[in-house]
Amino acid sequence: MNARAELPLHAPGTQVDKGYIGESVPRPQAKRLLQGRGAYTDDLRFPRLAHVVFFRSPHAHARIKRLDLVKAGKAPGVIGVFDGRAVAEYCSPWIAVLGHLKGIKSPPQHALAIDRACWQGEPVAAVVAETRAQAEDALQLVEAEWEPLPAVIDMDEALEGKRVIHPDLGDNICFKRELDTGGVDEAFAKADVVVEESYGFGRHTGVCLEGRAILADYNAAEHTLTVYHATQAPHMMQDIFSRHLNIPEANVRVIAKDVGGSYGIKVHVYADEMATAALSVMLRRPVKFLADRLESFVSDIHAREHKVKVRLACTKQGEILAFDLWDLTAIGPYSVYPRTSGIEGNQVVNLTGGPYKHKQYRAKMQVVFTNKNVTCQYRAVGHPIAVALTEGIVDLAAAKLGMDPAEFRRKNLIPDDAYPYTFASGIKFEKLSHHKTLGRLLELMDYQKLRAEQASLRKQGVHRGIGLAAMIEVTNPSPAFYGVGGARISAQDGATIRLDPTGMITVLCSVTEQGQGAEGVFAQIAASAVGVTIDKVRLTTGDTGVTPYGGGTWASRGAGIGGEAVLQAGRALRSNILDIAAVVLNMDKAELDIVGNEVVNKLTLESKLPLAELGRIAYFRPDTLPPKFQSELTVTRHYTPREYGFTFTNGIQASYVEVDSDTGFVKLLKHWCVEDCGTVINPMLVDEQIRGGIVQGIGAALFEECLYDAEGQLLNGNMADYLVPMAAEMPDIVCAHVETPTKQSELGAKGAGEAGTAGAPGAVMNAINDALAPFGARVTAQPFTPERILQALRKV
Amino acid sequence: MEHIVQTTLILNGVAVTRSIPARQHLVDFLREEMGLTGSHVGCEHGVCGACTLRVDGKIVRGCLMLAVQANGRKVDTIEGLSDSGELAELQRAFHEHNALQCGFCTPGMLLAAQDLVASRPQATRDEIRDHLSGNYCRCTGYHAIVDAVEEVVVARRGGKK
Repeated sequence: MNARAELPLHAPGTQVDKGYIGESVPRPQAKRLLQGRGAYTDDLRFPRLAHVVFFRSPHAHARIKRLDLVKAGKAPGVIGVFDGRAVAEYCSPWIAVLGHLKGIKSPPQHALAIDRACWQGEPVAAVVAETRAQAEDALQLVEAEWEPLPAVIDMDEALEGKRVIHPDLGDNICFKRELDTGGVDEAFAKADVVVEESYGFGRHTGVCLEGRAILADYNAAEHTLTVYHATQAPHMMQDIFSRHLNIPEANVRVIAKDVGGSYGIKVHVYADEMATAALSVMLRRPVKFLADRLESFVSDIHAREHKVKVRLACTKQGEILAFDLWDLTAIGPYSVYPRTSGIEGNQVVNLTGGPYKHKQYRAKMQVVFTNKNVTCQYRAVGHPIAVALTEGIVDLAAAKLGMDPAEFRRKNLIPDDAYPYTFASGIKFEKLSHHKTLGRLLELMDYQKLRAEQASLRKQGVHRGIGLAAMIEVTNPSPAFYGVGGARISAQDGATIRLDPTGMITVLCSVTEQGQGAEGVFAQIAASAVGVTIDKVRLTTGDTGVTPYGGGTWASRGAGIGGEAVLQAGRALRSNILDIAAVVLNMDKAELDIVGNEVVNKLTLESKLPLAELGRIAYFRPDTLPPKFQSELTVTRHYTPREYGFTFTNGIQASYVEVDSDTGFVKLLKHWCVEDCGTVINPMLVDEQIRGGIVQGIGAALFEECLYDAEGQLLNGNMADYLVPMAAEMPDIVCAHVETPTKQSELGAKGAGEAGTAGAPGAVMNAINDALAPFGARVTAQPFTPERILQALRKV
Repeated sequence: MEHIVQTTLILNGVAVTRSIPARQHLVDFLREEMGLTGSHVGCEHGVCGACTLRVDGKIVRGCLMLAVQANGRKVDTIEGLSDSGELAELQRAFHEHNALQCGFCTPGMLLAAQDLVASRPQATRDEIRDHLSGNYCRCTGYHAIVDAVEEVVVARRGGKK
């Protein structure tokens, strides 16, 4: 069951209004989805809608010698066929670099490849027809002659640079970063214990159940473009469509209706989506593109694919002295626009060792181009790598010292009273609660009892393991994330709240709903701030034509940033309502309050004026109000976190597994997570979002990997061969919370969306290695398939 | 030229006759021709379960069955089963447990869950997990879905866990 009963209704130190904050309110917006009555992009019906499909490169790297679209163009139902040059006349190319990632480079990328394709799956030509089936039929008639070029597939080979993918760039290095606090060699020299290990992280992808979807509708008479888009960032996309299609920004409207999962996959610019928008302009009619599952695997961004070596120095008393990190990651042939593909590696450098109090740290990180699908930011960006390698090497050090892993962590975690604190990598923590979360976790899982059970089962030949993973997470990013680097990505968000004549309130917020429950928590916050019951609240998000300007949903920012804007707007509206009530009732405003949809006497709670009556007067009989009084029943407020670059959160996870030493299979017995995301607005929503994140992390740890052959062909790009977690393999997951609200906002909420994914792979890895300890075996390359476990056991 | 086959099926209780291309999948027919967009297309190769429908009382993958194969059969979708009230108990439990986030898997998940609720009243938590393992959900950790289904199963047998 959910851990709701364990939560305080209001976290100490927060200044939130009473009401629904901290309550597990079911999301009103979920009802339509439960009846199949949502409106995902592919559910929309438009007159004259055309359907586009893409001819994609079958080669990892090849020159296009001849592209013949004539036969395809004559197929039944075909409206038009287009190559890269044709689309480039309407859509300018982009280069994904950011000013604050010094030295990052990437070549221009076009909507459709021109002359050369750089990964298997890169879109090369577009076929537009009256139906999707006709377009797919015609696609079979596209003729292409290719001159295969040498493909750079392996990241070490890419780094070596004997073959350079983009000769104009000089080498295959997209970005590199080095960090050194100084004193690292000295720390290693004086250390009693030095441990070193290499870790591998497989390339995997988001597998949103709804494929990427876009329906672009250009109106030639108005020169306006309306884009229905399964996206996390409507305003970012509005800006991008505007600039690359050369349409004034005010003429572009982006609408994200229901979105079938995103997790970072749907926050990037995709070449085929840009082409779809351009085709709508070219054809002067609505055009829809929906990525099917097979093309999703070769065109949705991939993530991770890191190769890491890490060393840790500590004293024989178990005090960590230093971390030394070397990280290599490959991102495909282009840095992805506009967030770049340098961020994940950058995060690994920022976060490695992050929960611990050592002062010496050195890191060298390199990002290289390869001829595979592009990679970019996917849920928990860099965290799963930093957490797993940190927690893996920490466990190895504890084992070498003969110390219990929980005790070793307790010795080294940054003390709860040390804040504000600047970590060795330079990142700043406002206030974290590592020791509290560790204590709560050990209590929740009954750690000592579990250890005893493990020991007794081990004697019977049953090999169970317990793995811990402490973590820090980036949430509520300030403009330091993208804006300072020149990206037109908003770090602020806004909310408009209006009291309607019937006493209902309408909330418009720039943070989008991807299913995580943003609209639900905004309804809770708005109802609490204004003083109405939640059934009186209506929400609109995901429409650049009506909401305030904002960033949308990414980097665990929705509740913390959008929620604060809603809170402030709600309070302002409450105050404005009371101004009117004071005039109508001829009372002092200070004597009045709003409770349960009515203006009441603050002291006696006696009902004075229902909001529906106040609305009637303000909208229809303002003649009865004093001549110079103007009611203001619509207010807008914005919020940007600025005091810290990021509002860091912390948490800790534990995994309990059983490894079958004959088959290499891992059975997940149970999983725990104690998270501190500040004020918990809706425990039920937070818990299941964390669980969903954990399951995505488990997918990476045990099942998911995009496997490429030596020629750069994706070998398992379908759901039968690319394994994802299903219900039967997943354990029950226990969640609990410590609440340390951020003082930067009055709501006090930090982000929670990525915590699960950040910590789960490390916890599972440590649990497997704990189970394998009696065999002297360890696994360090994700995913931990039965084959890899049997190899570690030297059985295959 | 495409083969077109005249097909009559009972769709959500109402007889429907259409000329259907022989190659069209049942789920495409429902979505594109009948406007029933509650059944979703997730993988088109029978793995993800988003297109789960009910044909003659049994759950099937709408992407692995041709629409013409529904000739003479009873087809029920999320829309029909919502309106009839058959799914109401599960829908309430899913809502109260937040057993959905983006909702894309939910119609299929509900049909698979209803199949279990109706056919296996003694199902344990593990059996619920097994039964739902043909339906992929990327948002939840499955935990809340299992909680919701378990609640309905247990309630139906008089509260005995």
